[in-house]
Amino acid sequence: MPIAAKTGNEAMAEAMRQINPDVVAAYPITPATEVVMIFAQFVADGLVDTEYIPVESEHSAMSACVGASAAGARVMTGTSSQGLALMYEILPIASALRLPIIMSEVNRALSGPINIHCDHSDTMGGRDFGWIQIFSENAQEAYDNLLQAVRIAEDPRVKLPAMVTTDGFIISHCMEKIEMLEDSEVKAFVGERKPAANLLDTEHPITIGALDLQDYYFEHRRQVAEAMGGSAPIILEVADEFAKKTGRKYGLFDEYKLADAEIAMVALGSTCGTAKVVIDELRAKGIKAGMLKIRVFRPFPAEKIAEALAKIPAVAVLDRSDSLNAQGGPVFTEIRSALYDKAKKPKIINYIYGLGGRDIMLTDIRSIFSDLQSVDKQKLVNYLGVRE
Amino acid sequence: MTEEKKPGWKELPEGDVLESGTAVKFNTGGWRSSRPLWTQSNCIQCLICWIVCPDSSVTTKDGKMTGFDYDHCKGCGICDKECPTKPGKRAITMEAEKK
Amino acid sequence: MVTLKELSKRKDPLTGGHRACSGCGFPQIVRMVCMASKDPVVVVCATGCLEVTTTIFPYSAWTTPFLHVAFENAAAALSGVESAYEALKKKGKIKGPINFVAFGGDGGTYDIGIQSLSGAMERGHNLLYVCYDNEGYMNTGVQRSGATPRGANTTTEPAGKVKAGKMRPRKDLTGIMAAHGIPYAAQASVGYYMDLIRKAEKAFTIPGPKFMNVLQPCRLGWVYDQSRTIELGKIAVDTCFWPLYEVENGKWKLSQKPREKKPLIEFLKPQDRFRHLFKPGNEPLLADLQAEVDRNWEALLERAGEKGGAV
Repeated sequence: MPIAAKTGNEAMAEAMRQINPDVVAAYPITPATEVVMIFAQFVADGLVDTEYIPVESEHSAMSACVGASAAGARVMTGTSSQGLALMYEILPIASALRLPIIMSEVNRALSGPINIHCDHSDTMGGRDFGWIQIFSENAQEAYDNLLQAVRIAEDPRVKLPAMVTTDGFIISHCMEKIEMLEDSEVKAFVGERKPAANLLDTEHPITIGALDLQDYYFEHRRQVAEAMGGSAPIILEVADEFAKKTGRKYGLFDEYKLADAEIAMVALGSTCGTAKVVIDELRAKGIKAGMLKIRVFRPFPAEKIAEALAKIPAVAVLDRSDSLNAQGGPVFTEIRSALYDKAKKPKIINYIYGLGGRDIMLTDIRSIFSDLQSVDKQKLVNYLGVRE
Repeated sequence: MTEEKKPGWKELPEGDVLESGTAVKFNTGGWRSSRPLWTQSNCIQCLICWIVCPDSSVTTKDGKMTGFDYDHCKGCGICDKECPTKPGKRAITMEAEKK
Repeated sequence: MVTLKELSKRKDPLTGGHRACSGCGFPQIVRMVCMASKDPVVVVCATGCLEVTTTIFPYSAWTTPFLHVAFENAAAALSGVESAYEALKKKGKIKGPINFVAFGGDGGTYDIGIQSLSGAMERGHNLLYVCYDNEGYMNTGVQRSGATPRGANTTTEPAGKVKAGKMRPRKDLTGIMAAHGIPYAAQASVGYYMDLIRKAEKAFTIPGPKFMNVLQPCRLGWVYDQSRTIELGKIAVDTCFWPLYEVENGKWKLSQKPREKKPLIEFLKPQDRFRHLFKPGNEPLLADLQAEVDRNWEALLERAGEKGGAV
């Protein structure tokens, strides 16, 4: 297993090189730019066989990806924030047309005001578009998740586009030690795309993207919902295969010292790395702290998360985005809904934190666990780290 | 299309994919209020009617015009308008659609 | 150049049974362009009348492979299709030749779609973009577009008590595309179909990005007797309102000069969208519109190296 020092972006670019997709259509935006920029150099140096389309906007990037994927190609792209927002019109079309496009999404705050730093508002804004959403805690996970995403998305039982996210600047630009697979191992793992329907088959012409009136739209949407729901077992299948090759295990979420926890937090992305330090600290003092780290946000593993959290007396859900709905962030809302029917459920509160790249420090996480120890005194929705 | 039960989501092909050319099953001939009539003996086989028809409703075989597809012809009259034959020797004329 | 007889033996890209208005003008454009290609054609279409009327699930009038994505991105989507073709061809997974064509109305081409069209042309993809220009957003109910001519009545710039319809001149999109330095840009009209076919045929022999802007009278939006679609497409050219020309590798070439340059009112009069221009008091406006056509015609003649203007 080659070992390398890579930033999150470099790790994703390297994974892309090994995957060697047929087509990449991308537009630069900070902090995602490097993924496709590094990849462009691979193209220029003949290290990949990819047709690289330097489009003139993210809307065109996703449009070109849809066209290329409909034509049977394996397609990848990358973006953040405003770029993802500009793609929003086309994202649900990609999933409706069942095209397994794979995207590196570097989490960055949505304007306004304009901010180039990390939060999850961009990815969360796209959560209802039928894309599989996988969050990475660090560069290793970014690399591993991107490889697995190809297999998940293209699986004939799934056929949905997927975005693999990293936290902007925090992971994308931070150098870590990662273990990679050999080029030949990646090639064997991802295999070849076998498209279900091919636009370029002129002998058997098809029409893709017809207008649906009231009598067909609902059925077509139902298919996407079903595919999304049905993708969870395949995500686990791919993870198992990956674990056999690498020894690195992945699931829909990860439980960190959660089984006997009395106070626990739920979070996504890089914050989980920071949280582990505090949890270890508290455990050393005899405090039963734990964490549920969500890896797969879409499809949302509601039942399994509810099972994992049900018996824990106090839980804090961390949201790195705000739904601006006067009742908490998206992760909080989904977890509450998942727990609703449980006979025994935790007292659960929300922390909205880290917007626009506001750092979350060890002291912040300590304060969350401290709050959880007197959870009945806490507000339902809290803003952590903002100056009042 | 007959009044058959429409397919449920489980039967539909996935991904808004459609077989080609299925519109031929949809009858737009019912839109007409007048229809083109072909007088073969006056026809000079220029094929102009065939190329200017919006509804692909001028039938041809081996490079020759053979008539009209009344299942789909909407009676717009463009074929009549563009047909170069002279009055008195018209290859195409329009006639009111009988009810 | 291929004859109509030979063309009739090729596969018609459209079947009957689509829901375009009776007397519509764009199905003919699609048929002519696609049949002008000897090789199989793959089509990407922008949202608009053409796409909506020809693909209402579960009915598709297309016999060629067809993709629709959204309104403003036909050129971008086709760029992706063409790139996939190049990638897969290199790997021996697909055999050509295939010609790639995008169709968009003036809505999806002049206005909301101009960015993705410009990008695709600039990147040099091997594709042909055909705009069926009916001078308005017809599918949504005849709203003005950047292609709507001055003086026309549309629902978003209507003629009323204090305004005489659209007051700004239309965009010269063909000129804009020519300025991209693409190997072939052309203006055509559904009225002069042999010229259209010749241009499409030529375009398919030229590698790289090509653009064709085809005038398409719209009986619903322009308001005229439905049988006159082709005829009006001719009058538009004969009045020099819509000249036919090509720009091949930067060289401007006129396709035809009218034997007799007809006055603009011969084009305007049959269409109700210009009816208000004939009210007493609007004579100066009519004269101005004629002067505009004349100016543009003279400028085109000079550009195309034709001195002296029409006979």
